[in-house]
Amino acid sequence: MKLLRVRKDSYHDSVFLMLATQELKASGGVLDAVVAMGTDMNRELLSDMGFSGPDLDGAGPNDLVVAVEAGDAAKAEAAAARALELVDRKKSAAAASGGTGLARSGSLDAALGRLPGANLAVISLPGAYAAREARKALDRGLHVMLFSDNVPLEEEIALKRHASAKGLLVMGPDCGTAIVNGQPLCFANVVRRGTVGVAAASGTGLQEVTCLVDRYGAGISQAVGTGGRDLKNAAVGGRTMLLAVAALAADPATSVIVVISKPPAPDTALAVMEALSRSGKPCVVHLLGLKDPAVLGKPAANVHLASDLEDCARRAAALARGEPHRPVEWDLSEAEIERIVEREASGFAPAQRHLRGLYTGGTLADEALFLLQPLLGPVWSNNQTDPALVPPDPQVSTGHTIVDLGDDVFTVGRPHPMIDPSTRTDRLDKEAEDPSVAVLLLDLVLGYGSHPDPAGALAPRLEAARAKAAARGGRLSVVASVTGTPSDFQGLEDQKRKLEAAGAVVMPSNRQAARLAARILQKGAAR
Amino acid sequence: MSAEPMNVKPVLGLFSGDLAVVNLGLEGFAETLAGRGVPTVQVDWKPPAGGRKDVIEALDAIARNPRVAEANAEALSRILAGKPTLVGIGTALDTVPGMARDLILHAGPPVAWKDMAGPLRGAVIGGLLYEGLASTPEEAQTLAASGKVRFEPCHHHSAVGPMAGVMTASMPVWIVENQAFGNRAYCTLNEGLGKVLRYGAYSREVLDRLRWMAERLAPVLAKALALRGPIDMKSLIAQVLQMGDEGHNRNRAGTSLVIRELAPHLALLDEPKEDISKVFSFLNGNDHFFLNLTMPSAKCTVDAALGIEASSVIATMARNGTEFGIRVSGLGERWFTGPASVVEGLYLPGFSAADAARDVGDSVITETSGIGGFAMAAAPAIVKFVGGTPEDALNVTRRMYEITVGENDAYRIPALDFRGTPTGIDVCKVVETGILPAINTGIAHREPGIGMVGAGLVKPPANCFTDAVLAFAEKYGN
Repeated sequence: MKLLRVRKDSYHDSVFLMLATQELKASGGVLDAVVAMGTDMNRELLSDMGFSGPDLDGAGPNDLVVAVEAGDAAKAEAAAARALELVDRKKSAAAASGGTGLARSGSLDAALGRLPGANLAVISLPGAYAAREARKALDRGLHVMLFSDNVPLEEEIALKRHASAKGLLVMGPDCGTAIVNGQPLCFANVVRRGTVGVAAASGTGLQEVTCLVDRYGAGISQAVGTGGRDLKNAAVGGRTMLLAVAALAADPATSVIVVISKPPAPDTALAVMEALSRSGKPCVVHLLGLKDPAVLGKPAANVHLASDLEDCARRAAALARGEPHRPVEWDLSEAEIERIVEREASGFAPAQRHLRGLYTGGTLADEALFLLQPLLGPVWSNNQTDPALVPPDPQVSTGHTIVDLGDDVFTVGRPHPMIDPSTRTDRLDKEAEDPSVAVLLLDLVLGYGSHPDPAGALAPRLEAARAKAAARGGRLSVVASVTGTPSDFQGLEDQKRKLEAAGAVVMPSNRQAARLAARILQKGAAR
Repeated sequence: MSAEPMNVKPVLGLFSGDLAVVNLGLEGFAETLAGRGVPTVQVDWKPPAGGRKDVIEALDAIARNPRVAEANAEALSRILAGKPTLVGIGTALDTVPGMARDLILHAGPPVAWKDMAGPLRGAVIGGLLYEGLASTPEEAQTLAASGKVRFEPCHHHSAVGPMAGVMTASMPVWIVENQAFGNRAYCTLNEGLGKVLRYGAYSREVLDRLRWMAERLAPVLAKALALRGPIDMKSLIAQVLQMGDEGHNRNRAGTSLVIRELAPHLALLDEPKEDISKVFSFLNGNDHFFLNLTMPSAKCTVDAALGIEASSVIATMARNGTEFGIRVSGLGERWFTGPASVVEGLYLPGFSAADAARDVGDSVITETSGIGGFAMAAAPAIVKFVGGTPEDALNVTRRMYEITVGENDAYRIPALDFRGTPTGIDVCKVVETGILPAINTGIAHREPGIGMVGAGLVKPPANCFTDAVLAFAEKYGN
């Protein structure tokens, strides 16, 4: 029984609607459900799913569409009513917050009327509209953080041209995190303020480094996100990165500059290196997966290349604290690591030979991939630079696999796995059925924007997976790291404890987690 | 890549100042910042122009023309400079430009007899009977359909009319002059509630009242007004907003003020006591008497802003019961219309939405000038129309600031700390935000001859605003 309801003039943001969809699908008797705005794309999706009718044809992007398939008419009616109730609850919650503090306006201009001193617009609208609002914000002299993805490349270039003429920052598009003046923006952690200034083209890379800088006793002056295309695409040419570096160079509160990115377009890489050298400040650069450092030319004396995110944070913290850089292999002693490896590698069944990394952070997944490949041989991943190692079906793992669950293929109609843990727990259930899996490698990203209790969502499924392996006569080893600080609202220690109680080994960084996972696997293979 | 000199000052300003954020999109981001004490405003965003690409492109093209903002500032300054002044009472034929014996003026955009809704048809029948052009309703209908009488909007003759808005040659009219610009506007005298011509009633009692108004009421008032001298309407309207009227659906304070203004002079007239007493009783018994003074005041005020090159300010809104229409300053006399809506309102005992005619009348000229629904926050006594609480009324007015060019400097709202009412509706802002003008209105019975059945709020059809934006972009887009 398929049922369709359209409510005119009732706009809601997509993340909220995706969460409502998830909740609806999880309720009893519902076979399938979609709660979405009536955009062309969604209407097409619904008609592919077999929903039709004049209501649907007449729906527009401002109209809410609820589509339910259920066992019988009564269940479908109940589910549709439930969907509208969910939507209304959000509305009334919003109205309540309007009464208690969150100031609201109907447009950017009206908002500026209420807040004439506004200096930053944070934009997370659908990509098709985001650039337009960003341009308006720039025209009114605001810096822009553009969280939205799916902003066309030409729009990004035009926006950044427009912005650099005015000296304004455009962070993004697809910029998930930043820390400006000590304030975490979008997905960001509460880190100590300090003198390390960060400019990063990768979201969770920025989060990992700022959290580790905090842990190593230094702090962050500013952390600017640029969006992934800023450096990678030659036509964008690193406009945001170059402006950020120049500003951090001139900022008296910044003593060390950190740059994190995937390998940039060659000319852009040289321009960034030149800007860093010109800054005169000590700089740390980490380019994930950079194969040939020669493309950067000879770094100036003030520019240090880091080998991974942890190394990047350690170097920056040491420079900020005026201490010499001491490379660290493990936070724990070698003996303790060996003891853990012994313990974890004992009890693998003969079939258990593979590693599976289930990541919510894209940069963290990349880092694990780049660290593991030299140690384990070929690693499959949807983030692979080698197309031969991209799994033909992203939903199915083979051999050693690192899955970036934040990839678009996993987020169609679903919120990002940092918000909604079910993408990962569903995949975890699948991996648990595979007797070849020996080690699971996980990240856990805390901070604003993320799920309030990601460890709590994972723990029962980890226990179930471990029980399944045990029932097959083996042992599933789970290694994780938590990106966060003690000030993050989820509670760093609490999250670690929950993972440990579920049988995971929690390492102090993504690098150490990946290295430990490799070592456990190697130990197991050697037996 | 060469090292361009980079302007880092604005970014350093961001780094060294206090963060203040406008958030568009996920509300959680704003809640985080607000919770941390960062000044943050959440924009209740929805796709502009209902997501229509062609309309968004039109808005962008208009935004690229710097003349538009200048022209809108000019339109607003003309509206604010307006000085509507009641100067007298005349007969339509002698005073209203272009008025003729075979001409019937009506509310709203142009409409042919065959397309007229019940209340307007009834008022036309009543007008023809009143003028003696027909002797029975049937004759009147035949005449109306014959093409031997002409129908034109009041707005084409510097006039406005509430509800059906029918004005015929021998009716008395208020004359209000905008002394800042010298232009005048005209409106009939208000007949009261119940069975009245403007709601489409044409029975003997309706026609008798109209005759009494022309023969006794108007001459008496005209004489008193002559003794009193011109009345500054702007000052009266400013006062009524501080006395609980919003200038459209509540006119009790305004009507009282007019009685106060005229009473000393009425007392001096050499007229039969009974007539003067009846005039007082009529004014006292008709809370909406002041509406027909507010309307021409608003009309002559916004008329000064019609026809400014490149201005996207709405200079006219009006309904004829079949269609809702607007005119935009920079597009001159051209109407953009959409189907008239059903009014969402409260009904008099014995009536329901099933009895309601569609939205009708020129009284929306009050909203066009920045009062009426736009001043809802001034009228706590009628908050039932907008949701029931004074907070709802405040929110109606607050929302209107989002679609106007500026604020009134004379019309102010006590409950908003004497903030000026939102004034100068920008059609581009209406389409951009999807916020339609808030319009208060009365509700007529759908059948001619019955009269008023309720009052409420009406949502104008969105398409007339988008159509106007598309046409505006064609002429002024860059």
